[in-house]
Formats: sequence, structure tokens, C-alpha cells
Amino acid sequence: MEALVASVIGILFAAGVYLVLRARTFPVALGLTFLSYGVNLMLFVAGGMVFDRPPIIGTREAYSDPLPQALVLTAIVIGFGMIAFFLALAVGAKGDLGTDHVDGREGSR
Amino acid sequence: MNHWVIAPVALPFATALLTMLPLGLRAQRALAIASTLLLALISLRLVGLAGQGAEVYALGAWPPPFGIALVLDPLSAMMVTLTAFCGLAALMHALSGWDERGRDFHPLFQFQLAGLNGAFLTGDLFNLFVFFELMLIASYCLLQHGAGGARRAAGIHYVVLNLVGSTLFLVGVALIYGATGTLNLADLAMKVSSIAPHQEPAVRAAALLLMVVFALKAALLPLYFWLPATYGAAAAPVAAIFVVLSKVGVYAILRVHGLVFGPDAGPLAHAVDAWLMPAALATVAFGGIGALGASTLRELCGYLAIGSSGLVLVSAALGTEAGFLAAQFYLVHSVISVAALFLLADAIAASRGADGDRICRSTAMDNSMLYGILFFVLAIATAGLPPLAGFMGKAMVLVAALRDPAFGWILFIALTGSLLNLLALARAGIQFFWHCAHEPAPEIRESWRRNVSAAAFLAAVTVALAAAAGPIAAYASKSAAQHASAYAYGAELLKKGAEVLR
Repeated sequence: MEALVASVIGILFAAGVYLVLRARTFPVALGLTFLSYGVNLMLFVAGGMVFDRPPIIGTREAYSDPLPQALVLTAIVIGFGMIAFFLALAVGAKGDLGTDHVDGREGSR
Repeated sequence: MNHWVIAPVALPFATALLTMLPLGLRAQRALAIASTLLLALISLRLVGLAGQGAEVYALGAWPPPFGIALVLDPLSAMMVTLTAFCGLAALMHALSGWDERGRDFHPLFQFQLAGLNGAFLTGDLFNLFVFFELMLIASYCLLQHGAGGARRAAGIHYVVLNLVGSTLFLVGVALIYGATGTLNLADLAMKVSSIAPHQEPAVRAAALLLMVVFALKAALLPLYFWLPATYGAAAAPVAAIFVVLSKVGVYAILRVHGLVFGPDAGPLAHAVDAWLMPAALATVAFGGIGALGASTLRELCGYLAIGSSGLVLVSAALGTEAGFLAAQFYLVHSVISVAALFLLADAIAASRGADGDRICRSTAMDNSMLYGILFFVLAIATAGLPPLAGFMGKAMVLVAALRDPAFGWILFIALTGSLLNLLALARAGIQFFWHCAHEPAPEIRESWRRNVSAAAFLAAVTVALAAAAGPIAAYASKSAAQHASAYAYGAELLKKGAEVLR
């Protein structure tokens, strides 16, 4: 299971990095989304991989670390808001500059 | 618990919410100025408070290291004061017309101050991330204030770079939490020294990742390319507060790498210093070269900000108590003088008509006497000539570096960087004030006239810094001493955190 989660995180990061390096704003936004998925998963498993245990003390004998869950919730909200802002900015830039190239002008080919 | 500690975060936050109400511009301005003035007074009170020893504020009365703690110590008190004063000056400048050019300047500006102060006061790594994001989202919006094509393009680069930076920050946080089980900086400082050998590589990787993130914010070579474009495109009051923003990265390196990965960190002691020193030296050099090649005064100011971040980090990378002291002193001075120069650049640009702040031969300015004097004072301050505090700061850095094996390099690069800055500023000053055409200044639209009182206020603060250099250095030495014994300091903070809740 660890290997599976680790490779999923790795693939998400690889796809994210590839897409962030594209020249159009939409792939960049997708790339940022992948990166934030990857990092959220990573935060989630930072407290160790445990199964079928509630993050509450006293309900059962074993419990999982509640802190990564709190961290990942915060990170999801922030990441979501930031990407939404980036999309709004990209649409504004397309309207103002007439291009969706990340440099604000078409590059020479 | 002393509730003053949270005031620098709560006050701008409350003001931001209030100024979002449909009150009209005059009421917004009055609220914003009153609140920022109050913030400056509170920050001075906090400086006094922190001088008597570090204060721990446990949010929600959760005992540290489990809850989030704010920590007020001399370093954070100084940074909060710096933010308040630069914020006050930037706001004063914005009142001369910048805040009318787009919507919601005042709420965004107050959110920016809240985020900055939070980042300076927090004692928790994840909370530092949260305040970074608060400060960044405000800065993304402020950068777009009074929008234009250049700002849109610069904005996209700035936002993407910082989002990737935030991702790396979270990776670092996850690695550190996975290895040590804590994110409280004081607790981390103690746990890192006794880290298990198999966890050590993960924590070392996290330390380096965090350094990349902070170096991106601090515009360290090779991560500085965004800064001149962004600051040059931003509105003048926004650029002035962004100077503080870039120093948050410097502060975070001082705090996280000085406290957690400092001399007491056992196998991880000075984990990043070997990387930090060459990068910081190269930043000083390239800041100097960039300043010489800048085509506008604002671009020149951007490179001055880069060079000063570099020199502060050179001093911090020495890893000694004297190095930390010099880093803090030069940090305070450089932020104020570069922010003032950004404000003055706006006034100069406004009174030169179509040429703006381009460094070229142009018509004379009708108020060149006043601007010239201010420019002269600020140029001396930023280039580091006596008798102002920039000279003392640079001298302190060099004295602190005397015993370092790389002293030759540090001496050479710091002095060459200063010389290049001096040449660049002299060239700009000659073009602006002496080498101008002898024809009357073009008619300037009244709405474009700028008030230089904010720049003059910051220039006066720089001069005051030079006059009060002794007490300020004595104050900074308190937090430098804490960094030298990070383990004891971490233990002291945790004990205090437990005490305040009792």
C-alpha cells in the first residue's frame, strides 16, 4: 500500500511539473492542480499510514494522528482558492493582452 | 497571556473587514490611517515587551507544542515594527491618489499587513505557511491594483512561481512532520538535535526544500528573476510594502534555519549554510550588476532590494552570533531605505512627464531641489556610505565575517557590490538632477502630482536609525544570543508556553 501511495504521489508530481512548464495558462492551471493534489496526499500520509482508525481518542483502542488531517484540510482550502484566483487572473490576462501565453505575448517559433 | 501579542494580526484584520463596508473613500482612508498609526504604536510597545524576554501566546489556550503558538521575541518585534512603519509610509503615499485607481485598495492593504505580521509572530511551521498564503493572496491582488498589461503578465509569473513555492513548502512541512512529529519551531529546535539516524536524510531534504521556498521569496540567486519585473510593474505604495514582503523570506531563513538548524542541531547543524553562502554572495554580485544595467529607477530599486537580501543572508550564513546581529541590523536599515527610494521614484516619475522614471536625459523637474536632497540622502543610505546606518550595517557584516574562511570572497563581493550600487545611483542622480535639458518642465497634470512626505518620513527614519544604532544593535544582540543557544531557547519557550496557561 505504501508503494502504491508513494507512486501515485510521484506520478501526480511529475504530471504537475510537466504541465506547469507549458507555455499556455490553462495547462499551467492544471499542473498547479496536480501539484496540489500530490502535496495534499503527501501531507495526509505524513503521520504514517494507518487504516480503519478514527482520529478521536477513546472511541476505539487504536487511533490515527488527527493533525495531518487538519493540515490537509487547510492545505486543500488554500490550494483551491489560489488556483481559482490564478484562473481568474488568466482569464483577465487573456482579455487584456489578447493571448493566453504565460509571458503575455506570443513567443517566436 | 499578554494579549498585545496578537494585536498586530487582529487589528489590521478587523480594519480590513471594516473597510470592506461601503463607507466611501474618505471614511476608508481615515480608518486605514488610524489603524496603521495605532499598529505602529502597538509595535513600539511590543518592542519594549520583547526586550524583557520572549512572550508566548497560546492561541485557543492549547498548550504548545500541540496548539498554535505566537512568539514575540526581539527579532519578531523588530520585524513587526518595520512592517508597521513601512506600511504607514506606503499608506500615506497611497492617499495621494493611488488608492482611487482601483477597487478595494484599503482592505487588501490591511490584509497584507495582517499576513506580514502573522508570518513574523508565528512560532509554528504550518501556521507560517498559512500566514505566507494570506500575505501572498493579498499581494497577488495588490499587484493587479490599477491594472495594466505589464501588471497582468508580471502577475501571472509571480502567482505561478509562488504557488509552486507553496507546494514545496508543504512538501517540506510533511517531511518534517513525518520525521519529528511536531511543527512547533521551539519543539523542533529541541527534537532535531536528537533525530534518529534513519530520519536524518528526510529532515535534511526538508531543510533544503524550505530554503528553496524562502530563497524564492527573498529573491536569492538563481530565484530572483521575477522580482525586478514584478516590483517595477506594481503601483508605488504596493512596491514599497513588497520590499517588506521579500524580506519575509529572509526572516524565515533566519528563524527556521537559524533556530531549528542552527549550531545546536546535532547532525543537522548548519544544514543549509554551505548552500546559502555561495547563493547569497552571488546574489550580492548580481544585484550590483543588475542595478548598473537598470533602465528605470524602479528597476534599479528592485535590484537594490535583491542585493540587500543577499548581504543579509551572507551575514546569516556565517552562522555566528555576530553574523546574526549584523544580519538583523542591516535588514532593518535596507528595508526602510529601499522602500523610501521606491516612493521617491514614483514622485520623480510623476514630475518628469512622458519620460517617467527612465534613467535618461530629460526636462528639469520643477521641484528638483527637494527631490534631489531626498535622493541624495537615500542614495547614501542604500549604497552604504557613512554616516548613515547602511555603512554601519555593512561594516558589522564585514567585522562578523573576519574569522570566516571565505572572508576574502565576502570582502571582495560586498565591497564591489556596494561600489556598483553607488555607481548606479550616481548615474541615475546625474541624469535626474544635473544632466537635464534647460527648458521648463512640461505641464504636469495636477492629478499626477505626488506627495513626497511619505518618502521624507522614511528618509528621516533612516537617519534616526543611524543616530540610534547603538541601542538598536544592543537590542538585536538579544535575539542573536538566543539563536546561538537554540536548544535552551526552545526549551525556555515551551516552558513559558506551559506557564502562561496555568
